Amino acid sequence: MTIQQIVFIVFALIITAGGVGVLVQRNPLYSAFSLILSFIGLAAMYILMGAQFLGVIQIVVYAGAIMVLFVFVIMLLNVRDDELHPDRHKYLLYIGVPLGLGLIAEVFYVVTRVQIAPAITDMHATGTVGTVERIGVGLLTEYLLPFEATSVLILMAVIGAMHLAKREKE
Amino acid sequence: MPLLNILGYPTIYETFAILPELLLVLFGCAALVLDVLLPRERKELTAYFCLAGIGTALLALWQVFETNRIRLPFTVFYGMIAVDGFSLTLRLVALVAAALAIAMAVKYLDVEEEQHGEYYALILFATSGMMFLSSGVDFITLYVGLELMALSVYVLVGYLKWNVQFHEKRGEKSSEAALKYFLMGAFSSAILLFGFSIIFGLTGTTNVEQVAGLLPGLFKANMLTTTGDARLMAIMGIALVAAGLFFKIAAVPFHMWAPDAYEGAPTSVTAFMSVGPKAASYAMLARIFLVAFAPLRVTGDPQIPGWAVMFGVVAALTMTVGNVAAVTQQNAKRLMAYSSISHAGFILLGFVAGNEMGYAGAVFYLMAYTVMNLGAFGVLLSLRSEERVGDKLDDLNGLYQKQPALALMMLVCLLSLAGIPGTGGFMGKFYLFGGLIQAGNKWMNILAVVAALNVVISLYYYARFIKAMFTGKEKEEAPVTLSPPLHATIVLTVILVLVMGLYPQPFSQLSRFAVERLGPPTPPQAAQK
Amino acid sequence: MLICTALSLLPKETSGEYGPIAGYVPVVLLLLIAIAFPVAALAAGRLVRRKVETPEKQIPYECGVDPISDSKDRFSVRYYMIAMLFLVFDVETIFLFPWAVIYDKLGVFGLVEILIFLGILVVGYYYAWRKGALNWV
Repeated sequence: MTIQQIVFIVFALIITAGGVGVLVQRNPLYSAFSLILSFIGLAAMYILMGAQFLGVIQIVVYAGAIMVLFVFVIMLLNVRDDELHPDRHKYLLYIGVPLGLGLIAEVFYVVTRVQIAPAITDMHATGTVGTVERIGVGLLTEYLLPFEATSVLILMAVIGAMHLAKREKE
Repeated sequence: MPLLNILGYPTIYETFAILPELLLVLFGCAALVLDVLLPRERKELTAYFCLAGIGTALLALWQVFETNRIRLPFTVFYGMIAVDGFSLTLRLVALVAAALAIAMAVKYLDVEEEQHGEYYALILFATSGMMFLSSGVDFITLYVGLELMALSVYVLVGYLKWNVQFHEKRGEKSSEAALKYFLMGAFSSAILLFGFSIIFGLTGTTNVEQVAGLLPGLFKANMLTTTGDARLMAIMGIALVAAGLFFKIAAVPFHMWAPDAYEGAPTSVTAFMSVGPKAASYAMLARIFLVAFAPLRVTGDPQIPGWAVMFGVVAALTMTVGNVAAVTQQNAKRLMAYSSISHAGFILLGFVAGNEMGYAGAVFYLMAYTVMNLGAFGVLLSLRSEERVGDKLDDLNGLYQKQPALALMMLVCLLSLAGIPGTGGFMGKFYLFGGLIQAGNKWMNILAVVAALNVVISLYYYARFIKAMFTGKEKEEAPVTLSPPLHATIVLTVILVLVMGLYPQPFSQLSRFAVERLGPPTPPQAAQK
Repeated sequence: MLICTALSLLPKETSGEYGPIAGYVPVVLLLLIAIAFPVAALAAGRLVRRKVETPEKQIPYECGVDPISDSKDRFSVRYYMIAMLFLVFDVETIFLFPWAVIYDKLGVFGLVEILIFLGILVVGYYYAWRKGALNWV
C-alpha cells in the first residue's frame, strides 16, 4: 500500500464520518460542524488529486465563508427542542434509502465500466494542472475576460444582498 | 516575461471590440455611486444617466461594426469573444430592450415608491451579461455572462419590499417570486454546468468550435466498440446542457417558474425579463447548439436521434402547453407569462428547421417579439396608479373610452403577438413556418400544422384583452396617465412593430446577416425525424 | 522547531511515491499538533484537578454573572449583512492568490488586470459603506 492510498483511506473515512455525523446529530449546529469535518476531508482529496488550489478554496470558501452562513441561519432560527418534530418526515426514509442505494449502484457502475477519455489522462500525467500557478496563468491570460466579469458578478452579489436584506424604509 | 510573449497581450484593438460591454459596466458602477450621492427626491436622474450610458454603448457598438466591417468574423481575448454578425445583432437587441425597459420604469418606480439607482445599475449589469452571452464562444465566458444576467434579474424580481404602505401583498409576492426564481435558476445553472463539465471531460476544451470539431469523433462507427460509453456520456452531456438552457428560456417541461416569477415581479421587471434575458438565452442556445453541438443535430446512426428531434418535441409541447394554460388566466401578467412560454416554442421552430431561413426567422422573431412584448407591457404599466395595481385583465376595461390612442397601440401589439398580417409578429411566424416547410420532410410539416393550430388558440386569449379594452365596463373612474418616457417607449415599439410588418426587408437582412456564419451546412442526407 | 525538522526531511520532487501530496508533511504535522494540544490540555486538567461538584459549578459560565436566559436565543438578523459581506469579499480574496503567485511573470499587465478587478469591487465596498451596511444600528 502506498502512502497515497493510506492518506486516501484516512481522509475518506473522515469524510464519511462527517457525512454520517450531519445526519445523526440532533442539534443542527453539531450537524453543521460535522459538515466542516467533511469539507476538510474533501479538501485533502482535492490535494491528493493534484488540485491544490481547489483544496485551498474548499477550506477558505466552503469550510470558512459558506459555513458561516449556515451557522448564522441555524442561530437565527434557533429552533427549540420542543419545536422540533423529528417523526413528521419518517416516510422520507423509505424514499431516501432506495435512492441512496441507487446512487451507490450508479457510482459503482460508472467506476467499473466507463473509460476515461484520453484527453483527461494526458492532462493528469503532467500532474501540474491544479497548482495555484497554473490556475493563475489561466485566469489572468486566457480566461482574462471571464475573470474580470466575475468581479462584476461579485459586485452584483453585494448590491443584491444589500438591497434584499435592508427591509426597513430609511 | 516569456509567458506573455507566447500568448500575446490583448491589444487595445481587441479591447475595443468589447467597448459596449465595458461602457455598460462603467456606467453601472457610476450609477451606483450616483445613487448614493443623489438626494432622495432626485433619484430618477440615475435613470436618465443610465439611458445615456446605453446610448453611448449603442454608438460604440456601431463603431465596432463600422471599423471591423471587412474583417468580420473574428475572435478576441484568446478566443473568448466572437465579433460576428450574430453577436452584433443580438447585442443590439439586448441594448434596445434595456433602453426601453429603463424608460418604461421611471414613473412606475415612483408609484411603487421604490425609486432607487440600484434598479438601473442592475439592468445595465444584466445587459452587459446578455451581451457576453451574445458574443461568447467559450463555455466559460457564456456561463459567466449567464450568471451575470441571471443574478441581477433575481434581485430585480425581488425588488419590491415588504412594507410598502400600499398593498402589503405586492412586496410579499415579489420576494416569493424572487426566491422561487432564484432556486429554480440556481438548479438549472448547476445542471447546465454539469453538462458543460461532461462535454469538457470528453473533449478537453471549452471552446465551442473546437468542441464541434471533436464531438463527431466520439460517434464514429469504429469507435463504438472501444469507447461506447463515451458516446453515452456525450448524449448525457448534451441532454443536461439542453435541460439547463430550456429552463432559462422557459420551455416545457422546464417552464414552471415563469408564471410565478412574472406575476410576482414588478411589472417593469417582468417586461424586461420577458424579452432581454430571454433573447440572450436564445443567443446562448444558438451558440451552443448551432455551433458546438451542430454536428449532432442529426446523427448518421438511425438508432440515435439527433438533438433536432428533442427540439421538435419540446417546441410542440412548449407552444401547446403555454397557449392552453394562457386561455384561462385572469391575471394579465400571468397570461403574458404563458404567452411568452408559447412564443419560446415558436422560436425553437427555427432551430428545428435547421436551414438559413429558419435561423434567420428565429432571429427576426426575437426582434419582433422584443418590441411587441415590451409595447404590450408598456400599456400594462400605464395602468398602475396609486389606487390600482393594474395587473388584472379587468383593469383594462374601458381603456378605449379613457385613452383611445393607448388602446389602439395595445391593439397593434396584441395583433402582432397573435401574428396577424401587417405586423412584425406575422413576418416572424412567416419566416419560421417557411423554414420548416423548406426543410421539407413529413415531421417538419406536422410540426408546422401544430404551430398553426397554436396560432388559432393564441388568437382567443389575445382577443380577451381586446374585448376588455373596447367593450369592457369600467368599474372605477381612476384615470390612466402616461409619463412622457413611457409614452415615447410605447409609440416607438408600435412604430417598430408596424415597420417590421410592412417593410421587413431591413430587419430580415439584419437577421440573415446575423446567421450568415452560424450553424453548419445541413448534412446531405435528408433530415430524418 | 518540529516543522523545520520535518521540512528538511521532505522529498524534494513532486512525482514518485508521494505524488501530489509531497510537501504536505508539515501541514499534517500541524494538524496533528492542533488536535493533540487541546486533547492533552483537557486530559491533564482532568488528571490533576479535584472533583468537587456544587450546583453553582454546573451553571454555564457567562463572564461571572448568573446566566439570564437560555442559550438558544435568536440571533439578530443584522449579522446576516456582515456574514454576506464577509462571504463576498472572501471569494474576492481567493482570486488574489493566483495573481500573487505569478505576479513576477505578468508584471505591469497583471497589475492592471487585478486593479480593474479590485476597482470594480471597491465600488461595491463604497456602496455598501455609504448605504450603511457597516453600521450596527
